[in-house]
Amino acid sequence: MRIKLSKDSILSLVAVILGLTAGAILMRLTGNSPIEGYRYLFSGGAMNIERIGNTLATATPLIFTGLAVAFAFKTGLFNIGASGQMLMGGLGATAVGLTLAWPKPILLTVMMLVALFAGGLWGAIPGWLKAKFNVHEVVASIMMNWIAFWTVYYAVPAYFKGPFLETESRRLPSSASLKVPWLTNLFQGSYINLGIFIAIATIIIIAFILDRTTLGYELKAVGHNKHAAQASGINVNQRIVLSMAIAGALAGLGGASFYVGFASNMQIGVLPSQGFDGMAVALLAANSPWGVFSGSIFFGILHTGKGFMNAMTNIPPEIADTIIATIIYFAATSVLVERLWVRLKKKKILRFLEKSDVGAGGGE
Amino acid sequence: MWDIIIQIAGIIVQIFPYAIAYTIPLLITALGGLFSERSGVVNIGLEGLMVIGGFAGALTISTFQRSMPGTAIWLGLFAAFVAGALFALLHAFACVTLNANQVISGIAINMVAGALTTFLARNMTGSGNVRIRGMLRQDVPVLSEIPILGKTLFTQTYASTWVVLAILLLSAFLLYKTKFGLRLRACGEHPHAADAAGVNVYLIRYLAVMLSGAFAGLGGAIFLATVSGEFSGSAGGIGFLALAALIFGQWKPIGILGAAFFFGFATTIANVSQVIPLFSNIPSILLKTFPFVVTLVALVLFSKSSQAPRAAGEPYDKGKR
Repeated sequence: MRIKLSKDSILSLVAVILGLTAGAILMRLTGNSPIEGYRYLFSGGAMNIERIGNTLATATPLIFTGLAVAFAFKTGLFNIGASGQMLMGGLGATAVGLTLAWPKPILLTVMMLVALFAGGLWGAIPGWLKAKFNVHEVVASIMMNWIAFWTVYYAVPAYFKGPFLETESRRLPSSASLKVPWLTNLFQGSYINLGIFIAIATIIIIAFILDRTTLGYELKAVGHNKHAAQASGINVNQRIVLSMAIAGALAGLGGASFYVGFASNMQIGVLPSQGFDGMAVALLAANSPWGVFSGSIFFGILHTGKGFMNAMTNIPPEIADTIIATIIYFAATSVLVERLWVRLKKKKILRFLEKSDVGAGGGE
Repeated sequence: MWDIIIQIAGIIVQIFPYAIAYTIPLLITALGGLFSERSGVVNIGLEGLMVIGGFAGALTISTFQRSMPGTAIWLGLFAAFVAGALFALLHAFACVTLNANQVISGIAINMVAGALTTFLARNMTGSGNVRIRGMLRQDVPVLSEIPILGKTLFTQTYASTWVVLAILLLSAFLLYKTKFGLRLRACGEHPHAADAAGVNVYLIRYLAVMLSGAFAGLGGAIFLATVSGEFSGSAGGIGFLALAALIFGQWKPIGILGAAFFFGFATTIANVSQVIPLFSNIPSILLKTFPFVVTLVALVLFSKSSQAPRAAGEPYDKGKR
C-alpha cells in the first residue's frame, strides 16, 4: 500500500512538471520569458497576505469539487456533473440569501443546507438513473450540467435580476455572504471567507467517513468490485445513489462557497470551470481527501497569480488554464510515464547484470 | 383551428433558415461522435474539437478574406477539418495507444482546447476574439423555383449546409456499405472478434477518432461562419448538445439527423420566442432544457434495448479475453 501511494504521488508530480513544462514552452513560443512568467505567476499567488487570502478563497470551491469527484470515484463512479451541482447549490443559496432577512448565523446555515440539498439532488438523479436503469453516470451528468446551466440562465433574470445587468443577479446583502469583516481584515481585504473553514471541516469529515466508518468501507467495496460487494450483502444500488448524492452535496457546498462567498452575485451563461478543475484536483490527489487540499491550493495559486503575471508581462492569463488542462491530460496519460519508468528500470537491471557477468540468458 | 395551423406553418417557414443554420454544425459534430463511438472510443471532447476548428477557421478566414474573399471561407473550413483531425490525435493517442480513461482524456481535450486557443488568440488580437466576415446565403439554382417547397428549402441557404448533408449520406454509406464501415462497427461491438478476423483495431480506432475530430472541427468552423461570426474561445455547448443528439439518435446516422433537427428547432424557437407571440407563452427554459431532458428520458426508455456500441468506453486490451 505504501509503495502504491508513493507511486501515485510520483506520477502526480510528473504530471504537474510536464504541465508546467508545456506552459513554459508556450510562453517561449509566444516570445515571453518562462522564468519571468513563472516568477510572477507564483509570486502573484503568494507574495503577500492579501494574495494568500485570495489563493485560499480561490482554492475553496476547488476543495469541494475535488472532494465531489474523488468521493464518487471511490465508489467507482465518475462525477463530471460537479459544475451543474455547483450551479444548483449556488442558485439555492443565492435564492435564500436574497429572499430571507434572518440573522446572519441562522441565514448562512440555512443557505448552506439548501446548497447541500440542491447539489445533492442534482447528484442523486444520475446516481438513481445509474442504479435503477444502468444509465451511464457520465452521460447523465453531462445532461444534468446543461439542465442546470439553462435553469440558472432563466431563473436568475426572472426572479433575482440585478439593477444594471440582465446577466447577473442582485448583490447579496452582507448578512447573506460568507465573507466576514474580521477575516477580510485579517487578510487585508482579500476574498477569503468562511468557506475555507467549512471546506477544511468537510475534508476531515469525508476522510473520516471513508476510512473509519462502515459506510465508507461499503462505498469503497462497491467501487472495488460491485459483484463481490453485492454478494457480501451490501445494497449496491442504494450505495451508488448515496455516493452520488453525497458527491453532489459536496459540489453544491462548493457552489455556495463560490457564489455567496468568493463572489457576491451570480452570473448567468457560465458553466463554472471549478467543476472540471475539481476533476484535475481529484486526479492529482489520487482521490485522497488531503491530497485534494494540496492540489486545490496549488491550482488556487495558479488562478490567483495569473492576473498579476498578466499585468507584469505580456503573457495572457489563460496560460494558467492551459497549464491545468495540460496537467489533466498528462495525468490521464500517466501510463506512458509508468511504461518509460519500467523500461528504464529494466535497462538498469540488465546493465547491472551485464556488469556483474551473470546475466547472459534471460532478456526478452 | 385552421388559423393556428396556418400560423404555425408560417412561423416554421419563417424560422426554418435559422433552425437549419443551428442544426448543421450540430449534425456534423454529432456525426463525428458517431464514428468515434461506433469504433469503441467515447469522445466527450467534441466541444473542444469544435473550438479548435473554430479557431483554425477564424485564423485562416481572417488571414485570407481580404486577398481572396470568395475562397477564404472554404480554406477556413478545410483548415478546421485538418486541425480538428490533428488535435483529435491527442485523444486517440491517450485512448487507443495508452488505454487511458476515455472520459478523462475527453475532458482534458475540452479544457486544453478552450484554454489554449484563447491563450493564442489573446497573443494575436489582445481581446482574444477573432471577428470574420461570415458566409453568404445563396439561392440554389433551378430548385429554388419550385413553388412553396423551393422557397423554404432552397432559397437563402448556406453552401455548407449542402456539404454537410452530402457528408451525412457519405457517412451512412461508409458505415453500412463498405468494408471499412463493417470493420469500424465490429471494433465498437466486439474488438477481440474483429482482431481475430484480422482487423487492426488500433488503426481503425485511430482513423475513427481522427474523423470525429475532423467533423467536429468542421462543425466549429461552420458555426463560426454561419451563426456566430466571431471566435471567442467556446462553442456554446453545441459539442455537448451533439453528444445528446448522438445518444438520442441511438448511434445511427438517420437517428442523428432527426435528433439534430429536433434539437436545432427547439433551440431556435427558444431563441426567438420573445418576438413570436405564439411561442411567448412557452417558457424558454423548457425549450432550452428540452434536448437534455429528452435525452435522459431516451436513455431510460432504451436502457433495456440500447443501441450503444457494446465496447464503447473500454480500452482494447489484446491480452484480455
